[in-house]
Amino acid sequence: MSARVGVVVFPGTNCEHDVVRGVEVLGGRADLVWHGDRALDGFDAVVVPGGFAHGDYLRTGAIARFSPVMEAVQRFAAAGGPVVGICNGFQILTEAGLLPGALQKNAGLKFRCETVACRVVTDRSALTRGVSTGTVLDLPINHFEGNYTCDPETLARLRDLDQIVLRYVENPNGSLDDIASVSNEAGNVVGLMPHPERAAEAILGPADGAVLLRALLATAGASARSGDNG
Amino acid sequence: MKFHAQVEVTHLPGVLDPQGATVERALPALGYTNVHDVRIGKSIRLTVEAPDAVAAAAQVDEMCRRLLANPVIEAFTVEVVAAEPAAP
Repeated sequence: MSARVGVVVFPGTNCEHDVVRGVEVLGGRADLVWHGDRALDGFDAVVVPGGFAHGDYLRTGAIARFSPVMEAVQRFAAAGGPVVGICNGFQILTEAGLLPGALQKNAGLKFRCETVACRVVTDRSALTRGVSTGTVLDLPINHFEGNYTCDPETLARLRDLDQIVLRYVENPNGSLDDIASVSNEAGNVVGLMPHPERAAEAILGPADGAVLLRALLATAGASARSGDNG
Repeated sequence: MKFHAQVEVTHLPGVLDPQGATVERALPALGYTNVHDVRIGKSIRLTVEAPDAVAAAAQVDEMCRRLLANPVIEAFTVEVVAAEPAAP
């Protein structure tokens, strides 16, 4: 049976249909989940897509963390289920404390919208399982606040525990240590600034995003079979 | 009793402040070549009801840590003043 992905929608989310399309093109199933819902039953993976949840008021992701669905996302993640936050979704997961660090305004105050090369740093995350370390993927970015930061102790821990998932080959936004993507300690929660769903099929240009989404679907399918997610 | 609270949220020292840096680069164009250390933050004002100023400040401090500021990248200060003079 194909993996079933829950795609969380907040007021202001705008990449949810791209994620659904990307998942379905690769043979998975995807359903939208409204932010007011309190359950994620029956899903094998959860994606928090990009956009401007709750208008990004106060700070990006700051208000979304209080939506009812986030308690379900917390439970899903705690039970080992794969959770991926893309762009604004990454910002939401850091604000919710599911991922370390924070995303701040790009260095130079530049909005960056382009395709950038990213190197896979680990193959132990839900988004890169089975992808060879060192693989370079061309992925679209589209953000103003993608400048990853954390304190030196956290950065040391991220390196030691193999939690850096992707690094930019050429840093577009000032991110600490060229970080484009990090995971939690267990590797099942991943946030990334690039948009793999916008590069999931050849007609969109580079299709390298499919590599990551396929890995996520494989991870989700595996955890569905072992029944180890909430 | 009502208290006005003034919250200032700024970047932690050492955290890049691209807005402050950009403004600092713009000011010399107007002739202000003697300006340094421009930092841009947020100002939040709110009114709380609390038994006394200490309780009001403690509650606003908690709000800052939980929502109004992100302690990973931001610092904050809280100032509380009584909204009305205490009864004689």
